[in-house]
Amino acid sequence: MAKKLMKGSEAIGEAAVQAGCRLFFGYPITPQNEIPEYMSLRLPQVGGCFVQAESEVAASNMLYGAAGTGERVMTSSSSPGISLMSEAASYLAGAELPVVIVNIVRAGPGLGGILPSQGDYFQATRGMGHGDFRLLVLAPWSVQEAADLVQDAFDLADFYRNPVMVLGDGLIGQMMEPVEFSSDRQPIKELQPKTWAATGCPGDRPTNIINSLFLDPEELERHNWKLKAKYDAMTRDEIRSASYAADDDYDVLIVAYGTVARVCSTAIDELRERGVRVAMVRPITLFPYPYQAIRDAALRASSVLVVELSTGQMIEDVRLALEGARPIHFHSRVGGMLVTPDEVIEKVECILAGGAAEVSHG
Amino acid sequence: MPRIVITPDRCKGCELCVDACPQQILGMGRKINSKGYFYAEVVEQMRCIGCRLCCITCPDTAIEMRVNGTMYHYFSY
Amino acid sequence: MAETVFSRPGALAPVITHYCPGCTHGIIHRLIAEVIDELGIRERTVGIAPVGCAVLAYNYFTVDFQEASHGRAPAVATGIKRARPDLIVFTYQGDGDLASIGMAEIVHCANRGEKVTVVFVNNAIYGMTGGQMAPTTMPGQIATTCPLGRDVEQAGHPIRIAELLSTLRTPSFVARAAVHTPLYAVNAKEMLRRAFRYQVAGTCFSMVEVLSTCPTNWGVPPVEANRWLAQNMMPFYPLGVFKTPDGADRAPTPGAGD
Repeated sequence: MAKKLMKGSEAIGEAAVQAGCRLFFGYPITPQNEIPEYMSLRLPQVGGCFVQAESEVAASNMLYGAAGTGERVMTSSSSPGISLMSEAASYLAGAELPVVIVNIVRAGPGLGGILPSQGDYFQATRGMGHGDFRLLVLAPWSVQEAADLVQDAFDLADFYRNPVMVLGDGLIGQMMEPVEFSSDRQPIKELQPKTWAATGCPGDRPTNIINSLFLDPEELERHNWKLKAKYDAMTRDEIRSASYAADDDYDVLIVAYGTVARVCSTAIDELRERGVRVAMVRPITLFPYPYQAIRDAALRASSVLVVELSTGQMIEDVRLALEGARPIHFHSRVGGMLVTPDEVIEKVECILAGGAAEVSHG
Repeated sequence: MPRIVITPDRCKGCELCVDACPQQILGMGRKINSKGYFYAEVVEQMRCIGCRLCCITCPDTAIEMRVNGTMYHYFSY
Repeated sequence: MAETVFSRPGALAPVITHYCPGCTHGIIHRLIAEVIDELGIRERTVGIAPVGCAVLAYNYFTVDFQEASHGRAPAVATGIKRARPDLIVFTYQGDGDLASIGMAEIVHCANRGEKVTVVFVNNAIYGMTGGQMAPTTMPGQIATTCPLGRDVEQAGHPIRIAELLSTLRTPSFVARAAVHTPLYAVNAKEMLRRAFRYQVAGTCFSMVEVLSTCPTNWGVPPVEANRWLAQNMMPFYPLGVFKTPDGADRAPTPGAGD
């Protein structure tokens, strides 16, 4: 199909429809409103169903119910709404239900602001609910990639029977860029029929029960390790990252994801023109995190600069990747303020001039 | 002649059937089932009128109603 | 050869439940299973068991089930019914689940007119967690979080869900029944039958509130618990059909208006 100029939120909605999602449960919250708005118009056109729930808590539990019938389902929200969905995320992971959750991150904490942020990194990769579980988290840096990752998310969710989160930010949601949907996209994973779905129990087959309750501790222990095996498999097979200007040698390696990585790519282009040797590695999966890719790239540089729209969250994973092998510098804007290319350029030059203080491990 | 059959191991000794029987022919036995409950027993099988109130009020479907010959239904259930 | 005229319905699993002796959950389970058998819908019914004593209901029915988080069963039911309108969907919720943490979910599920059936078991207490005060606990009734009896000055008065839902404009079937005597249990089955019939016909949302006992946490033997229900809960929670899809005025319970 031809390229079409679309707003990020709408591209995300259309991507879900392209992936066969016919059920969307949402709730209004800026800056992701265009996703439910789009779905409320589009889903009836394809025989689907849009429900505006009374709260994100209810929306995420409708998601649970619908996923339990084996249908492809999606919800979207923004930071405060995502917090309300964390209980359901834990139940979804516990009951091994495939769903796609889109988080268009806004500044926090609390009511915070409505402008872009990356302050939900910990929540997405570690703290999305009680108990031992993880979400597979995908972080697009463009509207096209957002559309692609949403479609991949459905395949990954079905394959691993686990919630998958697409983590955008206000920019991705509101930006308009050309988007292309391929008419013959093939699933990226080998998908099995959902014989586990609870769709009425014909004949005398044992009943299918969608459940995360295991009162017997031995049973729950087996269940926990079964879920862990999934996360290990994700770590083994699903890590995605991209590098930028890393073919040539470089002294400073920037690590950034999402739209911040695009800002950094502009800065890198300008720096390269001035002969400054800088490159970037961009994690696309935030869980599983590309530790090895970042370590390998960092060892080719003299120091690392982490750029993110938070007071320092992904930087901890970069520390884990490096384990002290290289000094780590940090640049960030928060509260909805955006990092600009000039700021990144200034920071890189400062690092190379030896003036920048390394980030302490405090 | 209606006859009720109590499955001892399903009974939890709650006595709701004893209270519900209009013929007062049910009572708690002295024998204990596998869970350690005294289970209900029919005291006078002959006076059972087949009304099924015991079956209806039993929370654990421990009571079944058997009948041979005609059966009068007192109410639709 | 003797003919069995009363036995476990097919939709009820041949297992012994974990419910306490005399707990009327067991009766309500059987009534639902009998209605499912009568309507011939076992193979396309999906139940939802949220947190509460009856979360283990998924072991007691021979139908597919989804376990839901506390209070969210009506939302889960919405998701299932919207995904598969051909399925018969029912939730089985306690008073803590529906009237407390899940109040928003039940009100909006009813108000959206989701064509599901909600079985709301009102035993005026939190059972599973050991007898705490519920939104439906009676004034003066002792519970572990109101050891001197529910003080309406502090905790307000019990909530009447059937009346509350019947004020919604969206057509629905809302009734209250009880199972503390066989007569009332028969009436409760009729209410459940109607509720499920409305869903089978795709007419409207349906909810049956069933007054129920909790001998263990009330601290009263089962037979006395039934009396306590009659004396204390019935006056405050009148039985009857509170709302019908055709919007007729409230009709009192047939033949049980003593």
